[in-house]
Amino acid sequence: MAVPALARQDADDSAPAENAPSPRSWGRAFGDIRAAIAQRELWGHLGWQDIKQRYRRSVIGPLWITISMAVTAAALGGLYSQLFGQPIGTFMPYVTVGFMIWYFISACVLEGTETFISNEGLIRFLPAPLMIYVFRTVWRQILFFAHNVVVYVIVLALFFRQLDQPYTMVNNNPDAIVHPGLSWWALLAIPAFVLIVVNGLWVTLLFGIISARFRDIPPVVGSFMQLFFTMTPIIWTTDLLSGGDPGSPKAIIAFLAKLNPFYHFIEIFRAPLVGQVQSWTHWVVCGGITLVGWALALIALRNYRSRVAYWV
Amino acid sequence: MVSIEVRGACVEFPIFDAKNRSLKKSVLGRAGGRISEQKVPVVEALRDVDLSLGEGARVGLVGHNGAGKSTLLRLLAGIYEPTRGRASIRGRVAPVFDLAVGMDPEISGYENIIIRGLFLGMNRREMERRVDEIAEFTELGDYLNMPLRTYSTGMRVRLALGVVTSIDPEILILDEGIGAVDSAFLEKARDRLRDLVGRSGMLVFASHSDEFLVELCDTAIWMDGGVIREQGSLRDVLSHYKGRDVFENLSPETLERLDRAGTSG
Repeated sequence: MAVPALARQDADDSAPAENAPSPRSWGRAFGDIRAAIAQRELWGHLGWQDIKQRYRRSVIGPLWITISMAVTAAALGGLYSQLFGQPIGTFMPYVTVGFMIWYFISACVLEGTETFISNEGLIRFLPAPLMIYVFRTVWRQILFFAHNVVVYVIVLALFFRQLDQPYTMVNNNPDAIVHPGLSWWALLAIPAFVLIVVNGLWVTLLFGIISARFRDIPPVVGSFMQLFFTMTPIIWTTDLLSGGDPGSPKAIIAFLAKLNPFYHFIEIFRAPLVGQVQSWTHWVVCGGITLVGWALALIALRNYRSRVAYWV
Repeated sequence: MVSIEVRGACVEFPIFDAKNRSLKKSVLGRAGGRISEQKVPVVEALRDVDLSLGEGARVGLVGHNGAGKSTLLRLLAGIYEPTRGRASIRGRVAPVFDLAVGMDPEISGYENIIIRGLFLGMNRREMERRVDEIAEFTELGDYLNMPLRTYSTGMRVRLALGVVTSIDPEILILDEGIGAVDSAFLEKARDRLRDLVGRSGMLVFASHSDEFLVELCDTAIWMDGGVIREQGSLRDVLSHYKGRDVFENLSPETLERLDRAGTSG
């Protein structure tokens, strides 16, 4: 059919009026997702527009995204490598990649809570599927992320020689973990990013719906994300925690760090790109979170899809 | 096949005040046991609406402010799904509630034409085919390359009206906003608007302007306090609503034009 799917009600709707389904049906929920995918021109444009609007009339425009990322990586990479006694040549790429993916994840969570609230105007004027606002939000984050990839390329060019060989992240410690260095395993970062995007979608959808109803959620989530940033190995490495005796504070912290879901998502993306081996447990944890998260988000979509227009 | 079936539909808005809307309240409320018995207050915007519209319906919506006209339009557009009862809408809806929605002041008029079209359910290719025609109609010329923020209000309305009247909707839903155009341009827009209505399979139009209603609609619905008070031919409903026969007071030119439209169409 050539006509776009805007406001084309789900097929269930054509059922005789006597047994018309309630608004809470799986058919409607999946119909919403399908219709939103069909309207990719609209959300694709809206996502771009969000970025362009932010840098309107500035001379170098979205290049500022790249520059601010580069400044952050250089400053923190330089400072913390000295504080923790870590070789800058391998620590700088580590921090850069960690920040890149953390920005993406935390933006999905934080802006996800605002996704329906900030689109209130459109929701009340357009009979569009809810998912287009979710896609708009996540697509915007992907575009931001693409700008930051440039920084990784630069850092990689600068420190390629240090990363291309086995290395340790900790100076003057004979017990330190030896990382094998960059290899074709780096390509694993691509499926890792796809998995992270898939998770970004359910996070945005679920948190968006909850926040539309309970307006306290966005600030609560905001402060939690601050906490998680410090608890997740981004500007520090778990290598510093290795080698503690069982029961020692070091080992306990190392154990607690593994309970942090963000750690696993960061790790599946970062480890391949800085030439570290990764345990497959990270992928298992991330896969499990994906399934559970999508299940919750789909239930929320099924039950509250038609309520969001009333709540915003 | 275009149709709208509404059976016993109610639209009720929960009113969460700042306290009710917080998680704390609903968690603590449950713990306390008493507060949770107090439900969130609800505003009943539509009550037990029954409506059945088919291909070719040209319905005018009249009623006082707050009678539920806009809510009914949103229900028919599929934006609000009924809290009780049901509404099934078949056909592609083009809702025009506000001419400004989806307009970005920072991008050029041309780009806005495309974007506005996307919002109305068209795709980019379809809009690119229409751009020249819209440009001609709006008479904005080179201004279409300038950012929208440099436009006067009138120019924006021209642009918006140009886009809206260029699409091919199956169900066209118009809110009274379009009345706010300067009359000289409206004269020109009138024909296009009538064309548009002729092309679309169904029209639901809320307006306070008798002249517009008479020109575009043949039946009418009178909304009062969230319920349908009367539904029937435009002349009957409008006469009961206004308490006088509006057709008697129409200017001779309007009647003549209507006559012409009637015989030619």
